[in-house]
Amino acid sequence: MPDRIALIIWVLGITADVCLIATSLVRGSFFKYFFLNFYVILAMSADLTRQYVLRTWGLNSVEYHYVYYYTDCLLTIALFVAVISLASRVFAELKLDKFVRVIAVLLLLGTAGFSYGVVAQSAQRLSTSFTNELSQNLYFVGLVLTYLLWGAVLKLHETRTRLVQMVLALGLYFSAYAGSYALVNLASKYEVVLYLGPLLGCFLPISWSLTMLRHSEDSRLTPARLVAVPR
Amino acid sequence: MMAAFILAFSLLTLLMFFVSYCRSLTAASMHKALSEEVLDVTGIQARASGRDFVRVMQLLQLCPDRTEDRSGLQIVGTYYAFLNLLDQSIAKLSPAVHTWAEEERAGCAHFAAVALGRRIALNREMLAQQAEL
Repeated sequence: MPDRIALIIWVLGITADVCLIATSLVRGSFFKYFFLNFYVILAMSADLTRQYVLRTWGLNSVEYHYVYYYTDCLLTIALFVAVISLASRVFAELKLDKFVRVIAVLLLLGTAGFSYGVVAQSAQRLSTSFTNELSQNLYFVGLVLTYLLWGAVLKLHETRTRLVQMVLALGLYFSAYAGSYALVNLASKYEVVLYLGPLLGCFLPISWSLTMLRHSEDSRLTPARLVAVPR
Repeated sequence: MMAAFILAFSLLTLLMFFVSYCRSLTAASMHKALSEEVLDVTGIQARASGRDFVRVMQLLQLCPDRTEDRSGLQIVGTYYAFLNLLDQSIAKLSPAVHTWAEEERAGCAHFAAVALGRRIALNREMLAQQAEL
C-alpha cells in the first residue's frame, strides 16, 4: 500500500476513534457503553503502537510481526466482548443477561481451546500462530453472534433506537469486512482492494458516534419497521 | 471457490443490514407528524409519497444547514437511489417489490420532510434572534 494513502486512512481511523470517545463523554454515555468505548480505545492504542513499531523497526521486522498479531488478537477479544455487552443489554429485560455472559465466557474459552488444539498439532507451536488462529476463530464466532443478536432484536421487538442501530452497524461492519477479506483473496492484483480493510475499520466508530449524536438513550422506534421485508 | 461463496454471502448480508439500517433511520421519524408549515411548503397531502423526496431535498438545500441531519440525509439519499434502481429493474417483474419500494420511498420522503420541519424551526429561531438584536 502506498505510504501516503495508508497514512491518510490511519489518520482517518484515529480521528474516528477520538470522535466516538468524545461523543460518548459529551453525551454521558461512556460508562453505559463502556465495552464499545473500551474496544475503540484499544483500537486507537493498537494503531499508535503499530505505527511506532513500523516507523522504528520497519514492516518486515520480527518486532512489527509480533506487535501486529498480538494487538490483533487483543482487538478481536475486545470486539467479542463488545458484541456480548450489546447482547446482554438486549436480553437484560428477560433477565437473561447473566446467562449470556456465562455462555460468552464458555464460548471464549472453547474457541481458545480449539485454537490451541489446532496449533498444538503443527510442528512450530508458535505463540503468534496461536494468537492468529484465535483471532480468526473468534472473529468468526463474533460474526455469527452478531447475526444471532440481530435475530434476537427482531424477535424480541427491541425498540431502543441506539441499541438497534449499534447492532446494525456491527452487522454492516462484519458483513463488509468478510466481503473485503474474500475480495482480497479473489482479486489481490487490484491494489484498491487492499485499502478496503483499513477503511472499514473507520466505519464502526463513525457509525457509533453518529448514533450517539442523533439519538438519546430514551429514543424509541417502531420494531415492525426494522424487518427488511415485512411479513 | 470458497472466497467467491463468502463474497456472495457477505454481499447478501451486507444488503440486508444496509436496508435494515436505513429503515431504522426512517423508522425513528415515522411517529413524528408533519407540521402544517411543512405540508404547505412541500405540497404533501396527508401522507408523503415517494415522488415527494426529490422536491423536499431541493427545499432542504434552501434552508440553513443542520450538521446533525447531514449524515442521516446522505444515507437515506443513498437508500432512495438504491430503491429507484430496484424499482427500475427487479420491480418491473414483480408488483410486490414495486409496492414495497414505493412504501420505502415514501418513508424516505417522510424522513426528509421531518428534517425540513426542523430546519424551518431553526430558521425561525435565527430570525427571531436577529430581530431581538
